[in-house]
Amino acid sequence: MRTNDVMLQTATKVVTFIILMFAVHIFFAGHYTPGGGFVGGLLTASAIVLLMLAYDIETVKKIIPFNYVMMTATGLLLALGTASASIFFNVPFFTHAYDYFDLPLWGKTSLHSAALFDLGVYLVVVGVTMTIIQTIGEDE
Amino acid sequence: MSLVFLIFLPIIAALFIPLLFKKIGQIHTGWFVLVVPVILFIYYATLLPTTMDGGTRVSEFQWIPSLDISFIAYLDGLSLLFSLLITGIGSLVVLYSVFYLDKKREQLHNFYVYLLMFMTAMLGIVQSDHLITLYLFWELTSISSFLLIGYWYTRDRSRFGALKSMMITVFGGLMMLGGFVLLSIMGNTYSIRELISQAPELLGHEFFTWALVLILLGAFTKSAQFPFYIWLPDAMEAPTPVSAYLHSATMVKAGLYLVARFTPIFAASGTWVWLVTGIGLFTMFWGSFFALKQKDLKGILAFSTVSQLGLIMSLLGASALGFHVEDAAGTVFKYAAFAAIFHLVNHAVFKGSLFMIAGIVDHETGTRDIRKLGGLMSIMPISFTIAMIGSFSMAGIPLFGGFLSKEMFLTAMLAIAEFDLFSMDVWGILFPVLAWIGSVFTFVYSFYFVFHTFAGKHKPEELPKHAHEAPIGMLVSPAILAVSVIAIFFIPNVVGDWLVKPAVLAIQPFMYSNPEEIDIHVSAWHGANTEFFMTLGIFAIGALLFWSFRKWKQAYDAFPDSVSLNRLYDSFMYLSDGGANRFSAVYMTGFIRSYLVYMFGFVVLIVLSTLVITDAFVLDLSNTAPIGIYEIIILIALVGGTITILAAKSRLTAIIALGAVGYSVALFFVIFRAPDLALTQLVIETISVALFLLAFYHLPKVSKKEERMGFKLGNAAIALGVGITMTLVALASHSQKILPSISEYYKETVYSEAGGGNIVNVILVDYRGFDTLFEITVLGIAGIAIISMIKLRLNKKEGQHENK
Repeated sequence: MRTNDVMLQTATKVVTFIILMFAVHIFFAGHYTPGGGFVGGLLTASAIVLLMLAYDIETVKKIIPFNYVMMTATGLLLALGTASASIFFNVPFFTHAYDYFDLPLWGKTSLHSAALFDLGVYLVVVGVTMTIIQTIGEDE
Repeated sequence: MSLVFLIFLPIIAALFIPLLFKKIGQIHTGWFVLVVPVILFIYYATLLPTTMDGGTRVSEFQWIPSLDISFIAYLDGLSLLFSLLITGIGSLVVLYSVFYLDKKREQLHNFYVYLLMFMTAMLGIVQSDHLITLYLFWELTSISSFLLIGYWYTRDRSRFGALKSMMITVFGGLMMLGGFVLLSIMGNTYSIRELISQAPELLGHEFFTWALVLILLGAFTKSAQFPFYIWLPDAMEAPTPVSAYLHSATMVKAGLYLVARFTPIFAASGTWVWLVTGIGLFTMFWGSFFALKQKDLKGILAFSTVSQLGLIMSLLGASALGFHVEDAAGTVFKYAAFAAIFHLVNHAVFKGSLFMIAGIVDHETGTRDIRKLGGLMSIMPISFTIAMIGSFSMAGIPLFGGFLSKEMFLTAMLAIAEFDLFSMDVWGILFPVLAWIGSVFTFVYSFYFVFHTFAGKHKPEELPKHAHEAPIGMLVSPAILAVSVIAIFFIPNVVGDWLVKPAVLAIQPFMYSNPEEIDIHVSAWHGANTEFFMTLGIFAIGALLFWSFRKWKQAYDAFPDSVSLNRLYDSFMYLSDGGANRFSAVYMTGFIRSYLVYMFGFVVLIVLSTLVITDAFVLDLSNTAPIGIYEIIILIALVGGTITILAAKSRLTAIIALGAVGYSVALFFVIFRAPDLALTQLVIETISVALFLLAFYHLPKVSKKEERMGFKLGNAAIALGVGITMTLVALASHSQKILPSISEYYKETVYSEAGGGNIVNVILVDYRGFDTLFEITVLGIAGIAIISMIKLRLNKKEGQHENK
């Protein structure tokens, strides 16, 4: 069913990007201030859902041609891989590593293997949420 | 080269097979696979001089050190003999399969991956010195056998046979694990070598007989002994190379290996001797008798394998007698172990060639039904020659290897009659008699197999294909085996010194300390003694029975199909399958509300009764926060929303009210300064309302239906119960702090140990990362479930059950 709500569509064009930017911010902020992969993923999913409400599933599929099942699988692999990478350094499963680096532009930055794990969580949450919504939405 | 690594060589090679199959499809994948067993065979052959001197090789790889579990490859004469059989016959079978399986039509990648997996598993069994890893490999052979039998999985019979073999062998495997655990408790070690060295202390232990019986169950199921043999004939649905390899030459001999390996521990027990020898001999008789009833070429061979395995088993049982006789190395009791291993080698060689011939006949004529076959002698002369050599060896006719081991078998059985412990002096005479009868039928079915296929009248009209000789490549493997059959007859003592004696040392360490001490010389002619006359009798009576077979074969119809072990298995499977279905149908109603009632009902029951029984409920309001105006307003919104859901006439109202409840909870989080939770709750609420609206679109129209009063009251009781339980638990846990709160620990370590600032998120990704890992896994599974529910909805008309 094709909707044609000009007001909603116009607003969506702006709001979607705000939500997406916020999602990215929330994801990276997670380790020190409120946020994290889970909320970030949900926010991203909600931005896409908003797009779907304003336009329709087919259009959104063209704009964001992701295979969400693959995204879920990638996320799971990334999470599991991060967790098991530690066994190659002869420390117990799931031991995280972190350190502080001086990067250009950013200055002193902490890089943390937990962020990779969180990225996995993020991908799984987006992947599964969108898989569910897309499959149910497409079902006739 | 590390021996442990070599065990895993085949399975590592298996990783590349699918790639080779997809990328280099024009070359038969089997050629690549062939390299693996050939390399291993050559390597193991170079170790022969070591074991001939009574030496051994050990190499170890720690797997789970904290549980004391490691892969230990221990090569002595017995292990090396089996390793050579596995890789040697394996090479020939792979070569044969290259011509047997069509590279265009067959799923070769599946086949060879399973086969290589099996090779690793089998090598693991015969080389493991560690009980737990031995068990691991043992079950891996069951699994790969399951996969190989079910290779043509679209056929009903294949799936049935695969499942049957799996059920029976895995049952035995589990029993065996029980025996292993008991042994390790008794000896306080997992190492078989250490257990053997403390065998005398184990004998008096209260678990001894239990361990013995359980381990024998494992060996008997795997080696198809009576009454567990019923899986082997059904396993013949596998492609013929598999039957030749797993179901005659190697896997079914794992049970024999196990018995041989544990003989030094259990030989002292009379139960062991009786069970192993008795069951083995009875199986030998039973298998040979019913082999003649079979109409399928591979069926005959399957029963023949059962029978021959029984023969070797009984010899292994008899080899334990050497433990009880003074200075056994100088008496007639010395022959049993040697005969067992010698016949094991012979059997692997001649039965392998016979299976390959059965496969060739099937391949070139299109049928394995012996009633339709006949007169192939002139059409397939090479196959006929090979089949004849194999069968004559099996029948125990001179000039073929089987004759020598068959003679020694009779010697060993006659020796039992002279044994005077374990009331053998009364019953012992039964052993040679049963052995003799079994041998007569062995003679008859060997002739039946070869002459009803190749002699007699050719019936081209009954054959699906125009019969012709097999391509030369297919004949190479059986021909090599047939030549070996004859070679063994002429050089038995070379085989004895190189292969058999080192293995006998492993079975009877209580008699010998070095292979050279074993004073056995095999010769084709050893005087006109009792065994010689028994053999003559076998030939005479056997030939008589064979010529008159058409007259008395109706006798087999006297055994009704309705009373058989197979029928017992079928009804057991049918009852357990159907019974389980009926039982679960009682509570699996298909309504989510029923399931929710079970879940909530049990939560209320368990939590409330725990609260009451442990007297855990305490109410202490001294340390509670004040209730302000905001809390009251949100609470009113919450309760109002909940009541609206219940009272709502339309679904839309209910969904919106549910959203309102969720947002109110989020507001609570804001008030109590939990921004993470509030944020998550808000987003989740938004998305789930969207989801609800989506699903709502698909729901059927609401029909006004008044539920019964009792149903409503029940639901109300459960709802109230859950509410009360949660309230009580919350109050009780707030009122008493039995354990100190963990939050202090988080506060102290979040920056110093975990390098983060936000405790909630660090808990998610680090402190309790396992939880998160499994949660996202569950999420992923839920996603897959929804896809399969919606996209792959089964058509109702199609079968509900794959086997119907």
